[in-house]
Amino acid sequence: MKLWRKPFDLDKIKIPCGEIHIIEERCKGCGFCVEYCPKDVFEMSEEFNAKGYHPPKITNPDDCVECHLCEMLCPEFAIYVTLKKDENPAGVKSEEGK
Amino acid sequence: MKADPSGVLTGTHNISGNYACAEGALAAGCRFLGVYPIAPALEVSERFLQRAKKVGATFIQMEDEISTLAAVIGASWTGKKSMTVTSGPGLSLMMEHIGLGIMLETPCVIVDVQRVGPGLGLPSQPSQGDMMQARWGSHGDYELIALAPSSSQEMFDFTIKAFNFSERFRIPVAVMSDEYVAHLQEEVVIPRAKDITLEPRRYFDGPIGSYLPFKRDEDLIPRMVDIGQGYKFHVTGLTHDDRGYPIMNEECQEYNVHPLVKKIRDYTDEIIEVQEVNIEDADIIIISYGVSSKAALKAMEQARGLGLKVGSLKLVTVWPFPEKRVAELAGKVNAFVVPEMNFGQVVLEVERCSYGKSNVFFIPHGGKGVEDTEDILKAINQAVQDDRIIDRIVELR
Amino acid sequence: MEIPKTMQQEETQGSRSGMDITHPMENVLRMDRIPHIWCPGCGIGLAVTAFAAALEKAEIDLNKVAIVSGIGCTGRVAGYVKLDSFHTTHGRAIAFATGIKVANPDMKVVVFSGDGDLIAIGGNHFIHAARRNIDMLVICVNNFIYAMTGGQVAPTTPLAAYATTCPFGCVEPPFNIPYLAESSGAVYVARWTTLHVRRLMNSFVEALNKKGFSVVEAISPCAQYYSRINRLGDGLDMMRFYHDNTEIRHGEDTKNLDIAYQGKIIMGKFVDRERPSYTDRYNEWLSEIKDDENEPG
Repeated sequence: MKLWRKPFDLDKIKIPCGEIHIIEERCKGCGFCVEYCPKDVFEMSEEFNAKGYHPPKITNPDDCVECHLCEMLCPEFAIYVTLKKDENPAGVKSEEGK
Repeated sequence: MKADPSGVLTGTHNISGNYACAEGALAAGCRFLGVYPIAPALEVSERFLQRAKKVGATFIQMEDEISTLAAVIGASWTGKKSMTVTSGPGLSLMMEHIGLGIMLETPCVIVDVQRVGPGLGLPSQPSQGDMMQARWGSHGDYELIALAPSSSQEMFDFTIKAFNFSERFRIPVAVMSDEYVAHLQEEVVIPRAKDITLEPRRYFDGPIGSYLPFKRDEDLIPRMVDIGQGYKFHVTGLTHDDRGYPIMNEECQEYNVHPLVKKIRDYTDEIIEVQEVNIEDADIIIISYGVSSKAALKAMEQARGLGLKVGSLKLVTVWPFPEKRVAELAGKVNAFVVPEMNFGQVVLEVERCSYGKSNVFFIPHGGKGVEDTEDILKAINQAVQDDRIIDRIVELR
Repeated sequence: MEIPKTMQQEETQGSRSGMDITHPMENVLRMDRIPHIWCPGCGIGLAVTAFAAALEKAEIDLNKVAIVSGIGCTGRVAGYVKLDSFHTTHGRAIAFATGIKVANPDMKVVVFSGDGDLIAIGGNHFIHAARRNIDMLVICVNNFIYAMTGGQVAPTTPLAAYATTCPFGCVEPPFNIPYLAESSGAVYVARWTTLHVRRLMNSFVEALNKKGFSVVEAISPCAQYYSRINRLGDGLDMMRFYHDNTEIRHGEDTKNLDIAYQGKIIMGKFVDRERPSYTDRYNEWLSEIKDDENEPG
């Protein structure tokens, strides 16, 4: 992550990482999640779901910061985000933060 | 005089039909009245309001009759017995929600104080012109119960009866009064609270999560819960399954709507009530309901005085129509005389059920006060002379 | 009576997408009814998402919330929300909800319906409930058209926009819903588009905790009818339009909130005031009556 100015508490703050769950069969391919994800995590899939729509696919899963915007912007209740299990405990600096 | 906290004003009173109706409602446990002002039904809400605080009842005047019945149905789902009063033009507007009440199977009572129509008509004159509208006015197939009181006492009794039917069958019930009965001051005897039989609402008491709003018991009537009890149910006016979810196919239409009709048709024997006088030896029977039956009974007595064998069949429940009883009598008597304060509504049912086995003489009535005994006597005389079967309604004027 | 076969199939359709779904809105939505009936790119689902999130955030007892809908696309909302829910007649949702609220003032009542339902056929009930200040939240999803019936002109269709019943452009000026609500007496009035879903949710939370008649207008893309007839692209194109052509002006005079065809949409919280509610006044009136004053003899 690119930071313009290094915050004083950077080493205490941990950027959360989310795990995205897509319920593909519910998707109607509106593309809201792909368009509005602030981290560009999604891309429209080439595959079809059972209803014949293109669901999103997750291309950059590690970029997700668990903001839940895709969950809020999914009109089909087909996406939800959970906090990823802690692989990177608090206090450890991330690569970019060095 | 102090009112019983349960709402029963025990004692003998000299009150109008409209007041008796309000007393009947309170005695039946009605705790929500929605109204829109219309003559000649105004006094019901007036009396109800006078007594509302004491018995903990709620009252609201809505912006039109459409919203009034909508609010009454909504209120009924909170567990309060609910009622509205109106007259012909208001009943026309309520047709939409009679349909909704049937589909949501919501108990409620509609008191229609009939006045002369069509259109705005004559607000101060009695009529029986809404009988067919109450039965057939809302779109689609349905059955409903309608009672026709003829006196203040019956206004009291039938209002209680209407609440009992509506709770028993989860259906809107109509009390078809008229301007004459509404304003007639008569003696009304109100019994003690413990002597009034009330049908309790049948509640579902199973665990939360297992409630199906339209799952029918053996007797075809589904059970209710109140809003706010945590059952989180869904009901819809669309064709629905037991869960109350809309299902858009013909099979479900049959599954959903057939029982709506069946739950009344299967119980017609329990619902239908008629009052018979001098039927056993009668050659001619006067079939009447509501205020016309006052004139009918008087005409019967006078005819008996002249040596004519005349009986009277008074319909307490006009809908469902006592088909079986009329059909039974049709073979035995020469003629039915039907005085109605309209140009022919319930007489069509009488003709249908007489199967051409007896003559039907009809006395139309356009709105000059109430039914005239003289007219009925004339019809009886005509019926005596005409003993061959004509096989159609004879309209007498 | 036996349950017909086709209905049993319908029953399992919702849970077919199965796996082990633990969608966070599981406890406020009827997941057995999802997928819902709304078209791809429709914004009603977003309004429902915002509402579901608001119900959790507002920390209210969900057993004491009733939701009433009328007819139309948005009229189906009641069927998807796991509350005591009623799908009633066209335009009468507010009247039905009034009955519930007056008969049981402990309930929190929400009316969730569309612009045609609430403002056209239900316009009379809307202004009178606002005038009485019945304590309820009215969520009006405005998609500028009658969508379920196939794209007819609505009382909110902007001048010159096309609809199937105005093939040469709408000739009637539309209603300005916040202005109508404020002048009729609503105590809380806000407007957002369904793209601004978090702000919409926050408005729902505020309005749920507000006593009195609250109106939140949620402008939603109709990707199948309004956009197709007017050649505005799909749902995403309409969302992009909302992104570029909306402006937040809290406290703006509601007179200035008319929406022109493809014009700028002003959003925000416009009204937040106090007025005694119907229940308050009714109880006050009751407490003033002496016990024997009205006793009939």
